[in-house]
Amino acid sequence: MPDRKQTYDVLVAGGGNAALCAAITARQAGASVLLLESAPKAFRGGNSRHTRNLRAMHDAPNAVLTDAYKEDEYWDDLLRVTGGNTNEEMARMTIRASSGVFDWMKDCGVRFQPSLTGTLNLGRTNAFFLGGGKALLNAYYLTAEKLGIDILYDTEVISMNMDDGSVRSVDITYRGFPETVYARCVVASCGGFQANLEWMREFWGDAVDNFVIRGTPYNRGRVLKNLLDQGVAAIGDPTQCHAVALDARAPKFDGGITTRLDSVPYSVVVNKHGDRFYDEGEDVWPKRYAIWGRLIAQQPDQIAYSICDSKAFPLFMPSVYPAIKADSVGELALKMKLDPAKVIATVDAYNAAVVPGQSFDNLKLDGNRTEGLTPNKTNWARTVDKGPFYGYPLRPGITFTYLSVKVNDKAQVLMENGQPSGNLFASGEIMSGNILGKGYLAGFGMTIGTVFGRIAGAEAARHARN
Amino acid sequence: MQETEAVLNARREMEICNACRYCEGFCAVFPAVELRRDFSAGDLSYLANLCHGCRGCYYACQYAPPHEWGINVPRTLAEVRAESYVEYAWPPALAKAFDRNGVVVSLVAALSISLILLIAMAIASPGQFFAARGMQADSFYAVIPLWAMQVVGVGTFGFSLFALWKGAMNFWADAGAKQSITLTAIAIAVKDAVTLKNLGGGGDGCNDNSEAFSMRRRYLHHAMAGGFMLCFAATCVGFVYHTFLGLPAPYPFISAPVLLGTVGGVLLTIGTVGLFAMKLVEDPMPVVRRLLGGDVAMLVLLALAAITGLFLLAVRATGAMGIALAIHLGFILALFLVLPYSKMVHGVYRSAALLRRAVERDMKPLGGE
Repeated sequence: MPDRKQTYDVLVAGGGNAALCAAITARQAGASVLLLESAPKAFRGGNSRHTRNLRAMHDAPNAVLTDAYKEDEYWDDLLRVTGGNTNEEMARMTIRASSGVFDWMKDCGVRFQPSLTGTLNLGRTNAFFLGGGKALLNAYYLTAEKLGIDILYDTEVISMNMDDGSVRSVDITYRGFPETVYARCVVASCGGFQANLEWMREFWGDAVDNFVIRGTPYNRGRVLKNLLDQGVAAIGDPTQCHAVALDARAPKFDGGITTRLDSVPYSVVVNKHGDRFYDEGEDVWPKRYAIWGRLIAQQPDQIAYSICDSKAFPLFMPSVYPAIKADSVGELALKMKLDPAKVIATVDAYNAAVVPGQSFDNLKLDGNRTEGLTPNKTNWARTVDKGPFYGYPLRPGITFTYLSVKVNDKAQVLMENGQPSGNLFASGEIMSGNILGKGYLAGFGMTIGTVFGRIAGAEAARHARN
Repeated sequence: MQETEAVLNARREMEICNACRYCEGFCAVFPAVELRRDFSAGDLSYLANLCHGCRGCYYACQYAPPHEWGINVPRTLAEVRAESYVEYAWPPALAKAFDRNGVVVSLVAALSISLILLIAMAIASPGQFFAARGMQADSFYAVIPLWAMQVVGVGTFGFSLFALWKGAMNFWADAGAKQSITLTAIAIAVKDAVTLKNLGGGGDGCNDNSEAFSMRRRYLHHAMAGGFMLCFAATCVGFVYHTFLGLPAPYPFISAPVLLGTVGGVLLTIGTVGLFAMKLVEDPMPVVRRLLGGDVAMLVLLALAAITGLFLLAVRATGAMGIALAIHLGFILALFLVLPYSKMVHGVYRSAALLRRAVERDMKPLGGE
């Protein structure tokens, strides 16, 4: 049992990837470290528990990544998804640092799948953790225990008491009981606020009732709010988040990866009125899956329906829920409680607009498109006519929010007056908004968490010693 | 395979795994899952027997208990596996032996030892039974005649091999591959079975009782299986020496049968005792408690067969040889008798499952890419 009366060199709030990277790095630099995870041990690890890979720059093929993925291409991808809503200097620093994390991760016991097919065509850009994010966390926690980091589960940070830009003490509840702990430096790595539906409601209104939170129910943004209330500078639009299309039957929290649907590029997607509302084939799914959550969030009642036929059905990953199946489009619409006449009209109009002749190729932009529709489908457009027909109801699935504390490239938290905090650092989702203004790139959250976690840990240990 | 509770639960879990696929690097089960969207009861029996119980997926699972979905693949597949042993057992009337298997194995062992002791004492007078014979030729057969050993041994072992073969045929009809079996597939399956590739957990071994990985179980199983095969080889070489070379037992320590048997016996003891010790400290979550009795009984039976064999070697020149021989042969008889109605069948069904996996190795995963 750790001695909670001692003054630690570094206190880390959080228990996910960014927190563990910070804690281990600080400990390796010689600091005494206390890590506080608000979840019980079985649910430790925040959203990292549901992750699978990390997007990494590399100039040549290696054991876990094929081909090359250079700084400029990575930056271009990020620029495109964020629509320029990013910080080039900080983003490029993160991208460059991502190429150098493998040896350290492997030393911490993290294992990768050999470069392989994986899913979503990501074998070139993303390194896959063997067994996924929970296996990665298990390796980090084992390493942390071995190094002598004190870890408390069921321990939530209530307040980081700041004075003159520095954290003087930290109020916690340890298994439900209030306590105060002390540390020379503090790292905040405890995520966004997406699981705090009341806070979300301030920005989204009652639409949040139709949101699904994909990850941990423990990311309630308590530390984020506490810091912003104490004069820490905020960055990021509070409505921006990583949001994907999910099966509407998903549990409200913690459904993770299995509730997502990859059917959109091979489907016709309609809203509750039976109208199409966006180009389903705009780009390959890894570059588009993260805009569909927001698109659906903007539809009436935040719901949409993906409809495909038996030609398309084998092309995408199954969701955990069985497809709704019918012998005709009308029957399918009825089963999904949509107006059959309207859906039939939409599908007929779509079928009539499909331009025939191109060969179908689901691995690249194949140019199979419709003509004369608003909106048109620009790739993988094939007629929906070969029964049986399959449908899935879709909801917005929130992964994490982007409203963040502002940091500099040393992971130091910045105050509203622009001055860096004397002893407070941040890494992971709680500062992701510094780089991700909007949109998302698969595996980039883990990149930010790993790179900034290591920076925050090293800087905190250095400051604690001085 | 019947549509039981266990099969329904396995189907639910495999459908969730198929939508996740994070564990595809651990073993053969998950790549096999990715080939299909619908899981017949036979498919689930195949997957259950393909699972080696390394537990990597349990500790890596984001949906493991206490998550509301409670995914626990090693335990769920162990349940189905146990039911499949009952389903495929031949003759079906003896399938009941798998209920309370630990008791059955223990009783068969006790009865076998008693039986051999009684037979030996009935045949040999007390003077003969307890006589010290040194290294005199045919000394063993003065206690138990060779013909009796051969009739009982060949009869019971032959029946057991036939029953295992029938079981394997039942498995293949229900859960085997639909495509034809190639020599390459057989070679791959044999290699995977012998090397226990699927206890490799993607490189660092399996999880014993925590998130940490180790090769302990794989190596102990190698010791056990290798030891078993060496002991079997010792018996075969002895048979050849006696029948074709006219060299009767006992053999000097430096001889092929005794060296094979000694090394085999020591390895078998190390493997079984080690695996037993691991069961004492294992995490109860990813295993089925109900099956522990049968597993442990089998380990103990194998261990005692090995230890009594080594003991017999030690005392074979003394007056204790008679009783040591009778007890050792009692354990061997028990082993032969319970072979098709014990944990030992896993070797047959798992090899068959590996063969189906090898036959299907070039099929492409559905969805994804």
